[in-house]
Amino acid sequence: MRDFISARARGIPPSGIRKFFDLAVSMEGVISLGVGEPDFATPWNLCEAGIYSIEQGGTSYTSNRGIQKLREMLAVWLRQHYQISYDPENEMIITTGVSEGLDIAVRAVTDPGDEVIIAEPSYVSYSPCVTLAGGVPVPVQCRERDWFRLNPDDLMEAVTAKTKAVIINFPNNPTGAVMKREHLLPVADIVSDHDLLLISDEVYSELTYTGNHVSPASLDGMWERTITLNGFSKAYAMTGWRIGYLCAPKEICDAALKIHQYVMLCAPVMGQVTALEALRRGEDEKDRMVQEFRVRRNLFVEGLNRIGLSCHMPEGAFYAFPSVEKTGLTDHEFAEQLLRNEKVAVVPGSVLGKGGEGHCRCAYASSRKDLAEALLRMERFISKNCS
Amino acid sequence: MDETDRLLLCLLEENSRLSHEELGVMAELSPDKVKRRVAALEEEKIIRSYTTVIDWDRAANGGVAAIIELKVNPERDHGYDRIAERLSNFREVRSLRLVTGVYDFELTVTGRTMQEVARFVSEYIAPMDRIRETATHIIMKTYKENGQAFFEKEAGERIPYSP
Repeated sequence: MRDFISARARGIPPSGIRKFFDLAVSMEGVISLGVGEPDFATPWNLCEAGIYSIEQGGTSYTSNRGIQKLREMLAVWLRQHYQISYDPENEMIITTGVSEGLDIAVRAVTDPGDEVIIAEPSYVSYSPCVTLAGGVPVPVQCRERDWFRLNPDDLMEAVTAKTKAVIINFPNNPTGAVMKREHLLPVADIVSDHDLLLISDEVYSELTYTGNHVSPASLDGMWERTITLNGFSKAYAMTGWRIGYLCAPKEICDAALKIHQYVMLCAPVMGQVTALEALRRGEDEKDRMVQEFRVRRNLFVEGLNRIGLSCHMPEGAFYAFPSVEKTGLTDHEFAEQLLRNEKVAVVPGSVLGKGGEGHCRCAYASSRKDLAEALLRMERFISKNCS
Repeated sequence: MDETDRLLLCLLEENSRLSHEELGVMAELSPDKVKRRVAALEEEKIIRSYTTVIDWDRAANGGVAAIIELKVNPERDHGYDRIAERLSNFREVRSLRLVTGVYDFELTVTGRTMQEVARFVSEYIAPMDRIRETATHIIMKTYKENGQAFFEKEAGERIPYSP
């Protein structure tokens, strides 16, 4: 029989955490700091809105772009919170999570051979999405000495005549790094000067603990060359509802919409209704969760540094990204042995791209009790294995 | 009262056993500053007491609790306050509120047995001057108390890793 697998599918790497996944599910009593989602259930008032709409028969397709009212509310929300204006009729698509938004954004703008720069370490999907679109992913390392922000000099070095776009994600998964206005401005200059497009994944924007989130599209001259991706998963604890959104100038949005209508048709209607409720009446619950994440961050990062895993204070998202160098182990060895010996699941940093080596990602989206227990186990692991 | 005070109150309301050091890490303050802020909140009687939420059903101590509605004739010059003070002096009265609606006071009363609660109401509360009417509701089961739900919930399926 022929080998049916395409070269393109063959070309993307398998998930780097598969082996850990299989190991962890075979064990009892694992504390997982490996999951990139809030441990909270969706606030109940939002669920009620979703349930009610199902009872009322709201189980059909929506328009390709998404429910009109949701887009209208979102346009107002984005203007008020991030000072970015998008026309809900022409410049916005409700997507099935940011995952889909990323995919259609990349596919809408990438031609074979186009280079797309990716600020790493990062979420694992960017590079494969570029590859699947026929582009060439070009990683640029965000360094610890820069607090894991994208250094304009490093970006500059990666730009070639073939560069088409730059993908960034701040607040960042896995480092928790935040780019403030003064950090974004030089990056924006490079993007403009070289006539590039910026794809900005801002799904952690509401989880910014110091100052306000700055959306790159709000910077002078950047709106025209930015695709803003965001969603409801992290801020409103709505990961399973699968609702994100893509905002971009009309021409780009139209191109992405074509792909969206062929491969997805529309985002799930229950999720869209629930997202609308989140915009209307979700702020208080969201603020409460963000406050709790901040308290946990303070506790957990203080704990990591106390037990000898040096960790900068992340300014956003819900990840700590400590160095495991002191243990003498690689990040893979550390993650595997910590799981086997002490049943704490963390993600080895090298899985998350360039610059992740020697670190591990710990999501502090777990109860304070579990975080305290995880710290105890990690401390015991370090004292047994490293002297 | 500022945002930081509010955060300290939320943290303490949830767990009053947190030390000043722990509170300091959580709220990004020195332990000294926590101590001063908490002392001020106690001074202003914003913090009334440090207590424990107990699921007495689970402790199976056999006790009974009831919610009592009272219709009351208020007094000239004093309104409801003096009679409220008299009622609150009984150890059996665990909480006492003046409410809007068809009755005036809502009390929570505890006792060892249903008879004991009934006797307390009929012998002490009902005969008091100015009490017009009582209605006693024995609490059958508590589902939520002070913001804490008493449900045994299966933890939802959560995968160990996701990118």
